[in-house]
Parts: sequence; structure tokens; C-alpha cells
Amino acid sequence: MAWGKRKDLLGIEDLSRDEMESILDTAESFKEVSLREIKKVPTLRGTTIVNLFLEPSTRTRTSFELAGKRLSADVINVSAASSSLLKGESLKDMAWNIEAMNTDILVVRHSAAGAAQFLSRVLGCSVINGGDGAHEHPTQALLDLFSIRERKKQIEGLTVTIIGDIAHSRVALSNILALQKMGAHVRIAGPATMIPLGVASLGVEVTYDMDAAIEGADVIMMLRIQKERQGGHLFPSIREYATHFGLNQRRLRGAKKDLLIMHPGPINRGVEISPEVADGPYSIILDQVTNGVAVRMAILFLYSGAAQ
Amino acid sequence: MSRIIKGGRVIDPANGIDRVCDLEIDKGRIVRTGRGLSGERVVDANGLWVLPGLIDMHVHLREPGYEYKETIETGSRAAAAGGFTAVACMANTDPVNDNGSVTDFIVSQARRYAAVRIYPIGAMTEGLKGEQLAEIGEMKTRGVVALSDDGTTAMNAEVMRRGMEYARTFGLPVIAHCDDLNLSRKGVVHEGAASMRLGLPGIPDAAEACIVARDILLAELTGAALHVAHVSSRRSVELIRGAKERGVAVTAEVTPHHLTLTDAALLEYEYDTNLKVNPPLRTEADRQSLIQGLCDGTLDAVASDHAPHNIAEKEVEFEKAAFGMIGLETSLSLLLRLVHAGTLTPAQLVQVMAVAPSRILGVPGGTLGKGADADVALVDPERVFSVDAETLLSRSRNTPFGGWELKGKAVCTLHRGKTVYADREWKKQHKVSS
Repeated sequence: MAWGKRKDLLGIEDLSRDEMESILDTAESFKEVSLREIKKVPTLRGTTIVNLFLEPSTRTRTSFELAGKRLSADVINVSAASSSLLKGESLKDMAWNIEAMNTDILVVRHSAAGAAQFLSRVLGCSVINGGDGAHEHPTQALLDLFSIRERKKQIEGLTVTIIGDIAHSRVALSNILALQKMGAHVRIAGPATMIPLGVASLGVEVTYDMDAAIEGADVIMMLRIQKERQGGHLFPSIREYATHFGLNQRRLRGAKKDLLIMHPGPINRGVEISPEVADGPYSIILDQVTNGVAVRMAILFLYSGAAQ
Repeated sequence: MSRIIKGGRVIDPANGIDRVCDLEIDKGRIVRTGRGLSGERVVDANGLWVLPGLIDMHVHLREPGYEYKETIETGSRAAAAGGFTAVACMANTDPVNDNGSVTDFIVSQARRYAAVRIYPIGAMTEGLKGEQLAEIGEMKTRGVVALSDDGTTAMNAEVMRRGMEYARTFGLPVIAHCDDLNLSRKGVVHEGAASMRLGLPGIPDAAEACIVARDILLAELTGAALHVAHVSSRRSVELIRGAKERGVAVTAEVTPHHLTLTDAALLEYEYDTNLKVNPPLRTEADRQSLIQGLCDGTLDAVASDHAPHNIAEKEVEFEKAAFGMIGLETSLSLLLRLVHAGTLTPAQLVQVMAVAPSRILGVPGGTLGKGADADVALVDPERVFSVDAETLLSRSRNTPFGGWELKGKAVCTLHRGKTVYADREWKKQHKVSS
């Protein structure tokens, strides 16, 4: 297995294609654990994992928690509301205190880009980035790769379109980097207010036209529209967004027959995706959730050093 | 007791001098330059450059209010170590320097504790809020040399217009921090490829250039002397160049860090908060344009925007970190990189770091002419050293240049003929006393 010694998973940026494939291969063997009657293996017994979630999250936190527990690790969740950051403690002090309790792996979700890098610099334990601001969400991208590979067998050569607020999305950035490293052709779409200024340096195809976005795509990833941004300057109204950039059945008439539709969740039904499409035959949205646990088990296993 | 600085390369563009000769100082003043001068005490300046004391027209000394970051005393010692004999300090203290009593306080602290000249800059508007004019006349009588709401921009153009008109009445230049606060919003780095890669909110170059354009038009309208602080983008350079061509009274400065670094450093140094400055580090095309602007005179002066912060304000999430880096002790050495590269001549260096600032602010200095105060910097252009953030004289450590190997530094600084800084290694070889 092509797995060197890595302490931290901070972003897809740092990973090679071989390393990503190792994670996916490992995840395949772990997926079976969740199908057993007793969904547990003793692999990480005695390992302490702290999920430090300083930004609201249900899916990712639950997924990491289940992944750790199915590997028999001791898992503690610390959330923003219960954290001492509210009492004015700095992130550095808080992290040092958590590490002082002999934590092996710290999974961190934070609203500030670079928070995981910051922690990896000050901590000796493994740091897994569970999403940092608008920067990266590497475990999401890896579970997305896993879900695509499971259906399409290989990723190389596929055309993958990502639609939505690319400029403010960590899911988009991690997926763009991951898909490109795996040899896919990446296309992004949305109103120009949601396409980052520096996009040219990424080497992706950009379109503002939904039909062009869908045409010939093997996979479409929809991004969640943050409703609170309505009335800001990114788009005028939810209604107009849904009309012009939402994915619905009418739009899919020209789509490939074996199209896969994905969404990192939580979805806004009727906004970026219509209910019929979200629940329709192309959708693998719930597979993504299932696979998320297996991929995170693989990540915890590999980064714990237990594989050495 | 006269002192002879012997055998150095005297570079004094204000008097058209650039030659190896001696400099005689007596009673705190410059007596003459010439060959074969003798006096009671001789300083061997063989191999050194003898420059008029450098002037940094844009620093933050943090006193009153933020003495844990810097004080007039520590900041002035850092200045002396950097070859500066005068600095102009910005008004964003606590309380803000927007009235005569705060100006009085700064002047009196400087008189008591400062190693170099301290020129206070007054706020243009009360509390830097961009709403109501500060008591400009009052501050002028207490010693402010310019006005600035540095750190922010008066977004109401009428306020800026009236501020310029009123400043003109008192013969004070207005130093503009140009940043459209609506465009820059929550931005923390230049908006472009690097900000996208890092997921950090960006500040587009247009945020600066829009206000540069506005303020140039207002300077034309009012006839005020406008000085654009810390120019960071190519668009701003072009706007200033165009304004100068049609005769607008505009001057501009650039920082050593914008001349040296780009936003690519943020990727290389992974969210190093010491790279978080306002305006942000921009692209290589911007940096090249700044260098070009400095060489062709579009940008008149170099100023450090020395902005000390405590480690607790920097060792946090990037978006939460304070803007700014210290610069007084690295400014000259960073500019010498351009000289060593042949981009800038030594005389141009003196022009942008001493002559121009004195002229823009209307203060003495920038000359080694007969009768001038003996504010002198002795610089060893060949001295190679490694920047050690821990041993800097500033009270703060927030520099991204720690560990950088630089070539050339000030080895001795004289203020009114008195030694206010002497490099330890150099002192070992040359017995210097004040």
C-alpha cells in the first residue's frame, strides 16, 4: 500500500493521486464493517479522538463520530456552544489543553480558513481537517471520489460539473483539486458573483449557462445555497436563483443517461435542487452519506499510524 | 569638539554629492564635506556610505494607549537602528491624536524619551470616523506635520473634500489610506488566485484604486497636497502617474514589504499572520509596477508602515489576526536589495528614504549641507546578516522577514551629532562615543 507517514490531513492540496487511491482502497475494505450485524472492529482500541467542531455541523460530526466508534476508538465531541472559546480562550490554548489530555487525533471544523494548518503547527497529535472556512473540506472530497468510483469504476476521463457558490465553498475547492488529480475534467457553473476572481489559475472550464453546464456531464455536484446570503450581493432572491441555477427535471432532459447527481448536504429542496431530482434515479446523495463513514474510518486508521 | 567622519562615500543627492570624502560635524551641525579634513575625533568610515539620516514618514508608535505593542521610546530606538533619524507617527492611538492635548502628549513624550525626531500626524476627522473634521488648526499649532485617517478611509467624499480644503488652509498635506470599505469588506488578503486557494476573503485591487482615483480628483478640485499612503497595486500606480502628468499636487509612498513580497508568500508560508497587512500583498505584476513606479519617480518615497502588534494578536486564526508588520529595522536592508540588483541607484535610495519624505512633510532633513543638523546614517552596504526577530529593538516581533539573509545595514546613526545607534560588531572595530 502506498502510504507514507503523514501526521495531518489538512487539504487535498497536499495529497498525491497515489495517496488518495490508498485512502479509497482502504475505505472499500472498511465499508463492509458498517454492513455487519455488529458494526465494530477493534482496530483503534485505545486511541483517543477529539472532534472539535467549532461551527455547526451534523453530518460531518456524526460521520466522524461513527467512524471512530466503529473502529473502537474513544471519541469525544466538543462543540462551539460547549467550548471554552466562548469564555475567551484562544484557539491555541484550547488545542494545547486538549492535546495535554493525550489526544491522538484531533478532527477540527472551524469557520476560519487555515485553522487546521494553524493547529497542525502548534500540535504534535494528528490533525484532520473537517472543514476550514472557505478553504478545504478534504474528507468530503474523498468521500465524493469514493462514491463516483464506486459507480463509474474509474474517475479519469469523466466530466464533472460543480454548480453553485464556488467562490465561498470549501467543498468546491477540495473537489476541484481532487478530481483534477484523479484525471477528471472539471467544469464549474453559477452566476459570476459566485465564481472566484482567481479561477483562471485552476484550469477548470467555467460556464454561466446551465444547459452548457449539464451537457455531456458524467457527474453533477450541486452546492448548497446559503439562504442567509439572500439579499446580499451574490444573488437577488431564492426564487430567481432556483429559476436560473436550480437543477430540475426539465433541465435534465439533455443530460447523459448514466448521469450521477451529488450534493454534500444539507440540501435546500426547491432551491438548488428540486425534490424530484434529489430523490430521483440519478441521485446518489445518500450513498455519499453512507460512504462518508467508510472513508473517514480509512482516514482515521491511516493517520493514526496503525497501518505502519 | 568637532568630529570627522573619514573616508566614507558621502551620498547627498540634495546637494548633488556622491563621492568619497570626509564629513565634519561640530556642535550638532554639519560643518563641511571635503578631503583631508582633520578634527579632534575621527570616525573611520572607509567602505561605508555616509547618508543624510533616513526619514520614515509612516509609522505607528502606539503611544498613547497601546504601550504593550510599542512606545515612543522603543519605536524611536528601532528607528535609529534602521538608520532613521526622524519618523512621523500615525494618529490611530488611544485616544486618537485628533486634538491638541494628545499632540502635546506625544511631543512631550518624544522630547523626554525619543532617540530620534518624532513628527506627529494628526487625524483628519474626529476619532478617525470620517464624519466630522478634527481640530486641525489646534493640532497644527502643537506640532502635527500632516493629517491622516490612516487605517481607514473617509467613505463620504464630501468629508474628504472639506478635510483637504481645511488642511490646505493650514499648509498641511493629507495622507490618504485608500481603501473602499464596501469593496474590501471582510477581506484579509488580495483577492485573486492565492485568496481562492487559501479560502480567505479577498480585497480586490479596485478597492484601493477607486479611492486613489477619487482622492486625486478631490485634490484637483481643492488644490490640496495629497499624499497616497502605502500604494500596493498597479492600477493605483497608473492613476498616480497620470495625475502627476497633468500636474496634480499628489505624492505617494510604497512600503518595503510591498516591494519585496507578493500574495504567493501566503501559500508558501501557509497562513503566516505576519503576512497579513493592509493594504494586502498583491501579485507579482503589481510588485513589478511598484518597483517601476519607484524608479521613475511616480512613487516619491519609501515608508515602512511599521505596525507593531503583540504576539497574542498574531498567533490566532488568520481572519482574526491584526493587520500589519513591523518594518523600521528591515526597511533599509530590504531596499538595498534593489540597489544591489542594480534597479535603484544609491542616490535614488537616499532620495526616496530621506529627501522626499522631508519635502513632502515640510520638515528639515534629507541633506548633509553646511549648517544642517547633523542627522547622519552610516551604512555598510556589504554587511551580510540574518534577521533575528528576537533581537530587534522594537517591542513587537511581528515580521515575516525573520531568518532572511539580507545584505547591507545601518551601522551607526547620529541625531544632531549624537550617536543614537551603533551596531555592536561595528563598534568593536571602531571606538565610538557620543
